[in-house]
Amino acid sequence: MTRQMTGAKMVVQALKDQGVEVVFGYPGGAVLPIYDEVFQQNDIRHILVRHEQGAIHAAEGYARSTGKPGVVLVTSGPGATNVVTGIVDALMDSIPIVVLSGQVPTFMIGSDAFQEGDTVGITRPCTKMNWLVKETDKLAETIHQAFHVATTGRPGPVLVDIPKDVQFATGTYCEKPKAKTDHYAPRVKGDPEMITKLVELMETAERPVFYTGGGVINSGPGASHLLREFAEATGFPVTSTLMGLGAYPASGKSWLGMLGMHGTYQANWAMHDCDLMINIGARFDDRITGRINAFSPGSKKAHIDIDPSSINKVIHTDVPIIGDVGHVLEDALKIWKSRGRKVNREALARWWKQIEEWKAVDCLAYKPSSGVIRPQHALARLEALTKGMDRYITTEVGQHQMWAAQYLGFEDPNRWMTSGGLGTMGYGLPASVGVQIAHPDALVINVAGEASWLMNMQEMGTAMQYRAPVKQFILNNERLGMVRQWQELLHGERYSSSWSEALPDFVKLAEAFGCKGIRCDNEADLDDAIRDMLAYDGPVIFDCLVEKHENCFPMIPSGNAHNDMILGDAKTQGVIGASGAVLV
Amino acid sequence: MSPLQIKKGSSKHSAYDLRDPNAELIETHTLAVIVDNESGVLARVIGLFSARGYNIDSLTVAEVDHLGHRSRITVVTSGTPQVITQIKAQLERMVIVHEVHDLTVEGPSVQRELALFKVKGRGDARIEALRLAEIFRANVVDSTLESFVFEMTGTPEKVDAFAELMRPLGLIEVARTGVAALARGA
Repeated sequence: MTRQMTGAKMVVQALKDQGVEVVFGYPGGAVLPIYDEVFQQNDIRHILVRHEQGAIHAAEGYARSTGKPGVVLVTSGPGATNVVTGIVDALMDSIPIVVLSGQVPTFMIGSDAFQEGDTVGITRPCTKMNWLVKETDKLAETIHQAFHVATTGRPGPVLVDIPKDVQFATGTYCEKPKAKTDHYAPRVKGDPEMITKLVELMETAERPVFYTGGGVINSGPGASHLLREFAEATGFPVTSTLMGLGAYPASGKSWLGMLGMHGTYQANWAMHDCDLMINIGARFDDRITGRINAFSPGSKKAHIDIDPSSINKVIHTDVPIIGDVGHVLEDALKIWKSRGRKVNREALARWWKQIEEWKAVDCLAYKPSSGVIRPQHALARLEALTKGMDRYITTEVGQHQMWAAQYLGFEDPNRWMTSGGLGTMGYGLPASVGVQIAHPDALVINVAGEASWLMNMQEMGTAMQYRAPVKQFILNNERLGMVRQWQELLHGERYSSSWSEALPDFVKLAEAFGCKGIRCDNEADLDDAIRDMLAYDGPVIFDCLVEKHENCFPMIPSGNAHNDMILGDAKTQGVIGASGAVLV
Repeated sequence: MSPLQIKKGSSKHSAYDLRDPNAELIETHTLAVIVDNESGVLARVIGLFSARGYNIDSLTVAEVDHLGHRSRITVVTSGTPQVITQIKAQLERMVIVHEVHDLTVEGPSVQRELALFKVKGRGDARIEALRLAEIFRANVVDSTLESFVFEMTGTPEKVDAFAELMRPLGLIEVARTGVAALARGA
């Protein structure tokens, strides 16, 4: 039996068949027929944002905290162009997002019609795949394919552009199981020969390290579970990229902390000195490697990745394993067990002794202060006062983001949502709204800087409308902190446009939105203020006035190697050489 | 601030890749890419090359299987072995790409290109052009009292050689299709 319906109805039907519960969007002329259908049903909840960029970041937050694809519905022209930043963000961080955009009617395409934009042209390089649907009969199948592509293999954003006449016209609905999707089927099982080779290296390694990334999170909770089992059983140390925090618990005994430009001393030294590096779902990003010709010079490198193009892209890999992290870890664990659970215990003990020495440097220590709040301290208190709670953290981008990664501990995957690859300021607030929509009873905190936060602050309106009690924890230093830090380190302390002047009064701003505002500028009041924030049943804007000139350490300056790291009390003038200065 | 000591040609793929240009070996490869014949496919493939800074030396595309809805893109590209491997991996992971064949490494292949040459001249130059065309098995497809258009099929090297010979004889315009290639044998 075939079902006939309008294109607009097909969109809603296809979303239902895909199990979609929430759509983030903003209406406009070219999507009105779809909004009309959304209005006439109750299965799919539509969250009206205040700006389309907010919609896609909210969808990203939703996707990352649930493991399900995030869905965005926007109109043509400016509606579509406003989601481009979020599309690139999702591409860089491998987040499954399905964007449905309206388009002017097919007979007007190319005529510079009102609100016409070449949406598929604009988004072609930044989506995993996109489609312009010109016939209603193909609409449902295309949407099913879009979900398949977004969620299969390395996840990513896709876009379906739907002209208005296609929405109005009637066609045949393609049921989900009948949609042709078999042409895109990336391999998930790793090559057993390569996995055995990895296990052999693990059996004899003297200084091994697990270097884990967002791929572990994307592979699902099972992969995190397997990683934990493997780390516990072998006793190998574990470090993670910004994207992978939570895959291995921060309280776990093998945990070294995050690695990379602002990673811990022990993690970066372990990466530099190891003899076996096991990269699990990470991509040797430049924030991680530092200077690549000085990157972990003495190690054999294994790399597990579902995307073949990630392997050997920047770092030569000795043992490439193409496959899904969960599948590969399962097989590796099985093979390792069947071969007698061997590791080089003696050498490992020596390795851990060395690691303990690095840990003793206590690289995250900061000078205590009385009175003025240090941002590190604010986060350490936030961590202490929310420990054990059902907690989700989002961030904006900058110093506060790095401090959050350093001072907050993540015990589980999908609890940490941050813009890593693209570094999108303005990500955190809408993402926190998306997370809260997915987890209405959880504690959702956006750790923000005042400058980033202002970029999408209109989304407080969304939080209010949907009673999403998101906590906006703003570390306010009245500076673009990370920009200021770089200007101090390599531009002769010429602070070009890196301060926030004419800031709003955040408490009054909160009141204007109808939520609660808290200001705290003294260390003595901090704990009580944080407790107030946590106790309030509704959104809170917490204006935490912190030390204005604090820098984020440790830091591997651009163009330096892992073992060439600067710590907090080091003299920082001129640490970045001329060749490092052109890097970002 | 001191001058930047950055080597020329560095940072092609990563801001941290300050490569030694002398250590590089540039290879030329011919890739056959079988793709869905959909609108935007060519833009997608070309976009990949420009976005990641890969070279396109030549490119041809046409539908080759109407029922199967497939097109064949033949692209000649050059780069270091690592870059060539990356290009193939990047192409292979695209949703619209079905197969990628590196004809340069997969065994012997035949490569052909069609070219049209407009040669203007009178007298001896004109006679010489005609004589050389015969040697190269180029056909005259258009003729006026003071010009010829020659049509020739051959390897890119043969086309280059013919163009080189025609230049002093009054070559004023060239149109080339780019390389089409197939692996030898079956």
